[in-house]
Amino acid sequence: MHSFNSGFDYQNPNFEGYYGEYGGAYIPEMLYGNVETLKSQYLEIMQDPAFQSEFYALLKDYVGRPTPLFYAERLSKEIGTNIYLKREDLCHTGAHKINNTIGQILLAQRLGKKKIIAETGAGQHGVATATVCALKGMECVVYMGEKDIERQAPNVARMKMLGAKVVPATSGSKTLKDATNEAIRAWINEPNETHYIIGSVVGPHPYPDMVARFQSVISDEMRKQLKEKTGTELPTHVVACVGGGSNAAGAFYHFLNEPTVVLVAVEAAGHGVHSGMSAATTQLGTTGILHGSKSILMQTPDGQVVEPHSISAGLDYPGIGPLHAFLYESKRGTFMSATDQEALDWAFHLSEIEGIIPALETAHAFAVLSKLNCKPTDVVVVCLSGRGDKDLATYMNVMDLKK
Amino acid sequence: MSRLTELFNKQNERVLNVYCTAGFPLLDSTLKVMQSLQNSGTNIIELGMPYSDPLADGEVIQSSGNVAIANGMTIETLFSQLEKMRDSIHIPVVLMGYMNPILQYGFEAFCKKAKQVGVDGLILPDLPLYEFENIYGSTIKANGLDFVFLVTPETPAERLKKLDSLSTGFLYAVSSSATTGKDKDFSKVALYLQKLKSMNLKNPVLVGFGIKDKETFDAVCAYSNGAIIGSAYINALSKGNDVAQITEIFLKSVLN
Repeated sequence: MHSFNSGFDYQNPNFEGYYGEYGGAYIPEMLYGNVETLKSQYLEIMQDPAFQSEFYALLKDYVGRPTPLFYAERLSKEIGTNIYLKREDLCHTGAHKINNTIGQILLAQRLGKKKIIAETGAGQHGVATATVCALKGMECVVYMGEKDIERQAPNVARMKMLGAKVVPATSGSKTLKDATNEAIRAWINEPNETHYIIGSVVGPHPYPDMVARFQSVISDEMRKQLKEKTGTELPTHVVACVGGGSNAAGAFYHFLNEPTVVLVAVEAAGHGVHSGMSAATTQLGTTGILHGSKSILMQTPDGQVVEPHSISAGLDYPGIGPLHAFLYESKRGTFMSATDQEALDWAFHLSEIEGIIPALETAHAFAVLSKLNCKPTDVVVVCLSGRGDKDLATYMNVMDLKK
Repeated sequence: MSRLTELFNKQNERVLNVYCTAGFPLLDSTLKVMQSLQNSGTNIIELGMPYSDPLADGEVIQSSGNVAIANGMTIETLFSQLEKMRDSIHIPVVLMGYMNPILQYGFEAFCKKAKQVGVDGLILPDLPLYEFENIYGSTIKANGLDFVFLVTPETPAERLKKLDSLSTGFLYAVSSSATTGKDKDFSKVALYLQKLKSMNLKNPVLVGFGIKDKETFDAVCAYSNGAIIGSAYINALSKGNDVAQITEIFLKSVLN
């Protein structure tokens, strides 16, 4: 095990799920049984050789892993460094989210669960959950904010076609935070037969660690692919967008304890960090408790959670996973942000110079590349977390305006 | 002796705890609601501090909390409203809420202030046992506040005994693992409450979640020391303007 300056092992929270002061399991007693069962069994199940072989077989033959690591030549030239794209957009269902849902559905089967619930923002996690439920013949209910149902219509249709029931969350800002509340409530109301597949590295322990481990296949592959392409396993930078932070956790994971690798997390600044219409949690947030863990969150001085804003439904979340809160506080992570407009501009630019239409969430990551002051010899890996099909309606509106 | 203990020493059956949301229906109606509850025969008031993301509560209580937040209710405002509470309220008052707003206020300052205005105990559903034992429990005890843990039909016997041993005042038995405001199958609840009764717990047991009228109140009182009503009362309050009258009619329908 490698170690960073302080010797802290960033990959492993303590027994109660804390990364420094962030994490834990702040849950009502009604969820104790379920969360305790997960906590006491997840590592054992995940490390079981039979589980591993089933997990990796599905990742290979069903998801299409390993995903390519692509040298983006024109982009590299433009930025003046070496940029590799980790093509999670080529996963089955169009984003990295399925790495986690494959893992959790296998886990749910081993726990004897009959029904799956999930929350979703952009709909990518909802689609990935509906997909694995279809694959394994399990009942699936996805909670989605009413506002997100409107702006991510294609994904809603996909979930329904895959046999899932999509339940609108109508409270609060009607986005990801509220969908998560509804999913947790549904779990409280029928805990015995149901497993809750959380889509990000948030929620009560062991979810942040469990989801990070399932997503860590991203950085595991990166290391091998970099070795092949550059002769060394370590890049100088890894860049990923962060809402709750699952693709970033997966892309950072096997570099967390490699102090030479700069880990860049890009948050959604919305209309601008200080515009009052933003989702840049680390810039605007303070320590608090949301959805079962202590982390950094956007809130009023009285402790009411603030409604965030981002053009991308997947980053429209007022919190951030406890691992990322700790990376921010310990300065192991470099936190930057990109506005709605920058994300839109980069979605078009990447399409034009590399022939890849990214998801709006993913497009945020590209907006910081020119601000990293990279040297020509640097090796920068961007986690291209999802494809842009789901955002076509937004992109078409932009093209109409340009006419 | 705490007001809660004193109450249960005097009355160990059909104890009625009613939940109300601070700052609901109006910012300044908190005390008026509490007085009406006391006048109408409530034994304990569970005063909810509104939070934007109340995971253990159902739609009705969340909506009342949203109204209260929009009305401008904060912990600071609540404490100023409660400053003279003990001039008129003589029954036990328990504050119910979620950890986040309390942490922003400052946990120790919160306990001190609660005690100072005459609050008797706390119910914090998202404060887990581990954090209670390692961090927060000593502050609560040092300030002379009772602390009430929740237990559910799924709580293992050993853990239940531990939660009982750490609770003071009473133990909050959730009638089934569910959020507030859901209908329950009471034959299962009866079996669960009989089991609880046979365990010789240290604390009196009040049953909550799904208690909404005379029938359900009577049903759980047969096997426990009393019950907690929340969503049904908030629903009633939402349907009119005369807090005193609504409260009187509602409690009559439950108690008589």
